[in-house]
Amino acid sequence: MTVGLTHIIVLSTALFFIGMFGLFTRRNMITMLMSIELLLNSVNINFVAFNKYLYPAKMDGVFFSVFIITVAAAEAAVAIAIIINLYRTHKSIDVDDVADLKQ
Amino acid sequence: MKTVDIIFYCIAAFVLTTGLLAVTTRKIFRSAIWLLFCLMGIAALYFWMNANFIAAIQIAVYVGGIVVLIIFSIFLTQQAGNQMPKPNGLRIAAASAASLIGFGLIFQLFKKHTFQTTGNNFDIDIATIGKQLLSIEADGYALPFEVISILLLAAMVGCIVIAMKPKTEV
Repeated sequence: MTVGLTHIIVLSTALFFIGMFGLFTRRNMITMLMSIELLLNSVNINFVAFNKYLYPAKMDGVFFSVFIITVAAAEAAVAIAIIINLYRTHKSIDVDDVADLKQ
Repeated sequence: MKTVDIIFYCIAAFVLTTGLLAVTTRKIFRSAIWLLFCLMGIAALYFWMNANFIAAIQIAVYVGGIVVLIIFSIFLTQQAGNQMPKPNGLRIAAASAASLIGFGLIFQLFKKHTFQTTGNNFDIDIATIGKQLLSIEADGYALPFEVISILLLAAMVGCIVIAMKPKTEV
């Protein structure tokens, strides 16, 4: 069986759920951010694959991927700024240690 | 099996293995390095799919930008050699059950559904991408491009404001 759209989508689904597993099990903010990057990447693979196999004459999937990558870069930068600021005040970046709003 | 298929399976195995290692290893610095390899594998997949522009962006932004940012923040916030505490067993069991069930359900969906693929070649050059990205015609992307530029600028200013040291009160 030759490799087609279904194979790529199964790959991106597996990557999505690996990222979801990481997001659920990790308690450290930086590693949770890495899991979110995996999730965004799996979505990007889907956009490019659908563009390639279903609408090869258009380029909308490619543009969506470009915009997602840009938003991911902005999001990572803001998240790391927040993490560094949090480390300065709490001396920890574990999500369980940062529960000030819970009380 | 053709060579193209074998290359795809190699890339897929590489991406999934390194991705799994990135979310399971307990040393945070190794986790970042596995993530780097995983993103390189995804860039290889884009090259395999003939999407050269996206592959170049993937390497430039993710591998060259975000992973370096993550590694710097690891160095700024903790000892890179230390092992992270082990997550408790119940949480691992629940997370793996949720992931496996979700994957199984979606896999069933793909098995039933067949996509109407066209046999056309997907071969776009970067000049066409650039023209459509900045075009103000009906299918142009000039407005999203401007919006995303402003978002990026706002995010950068916000980062600087958030990470700035507060002034000490006199």
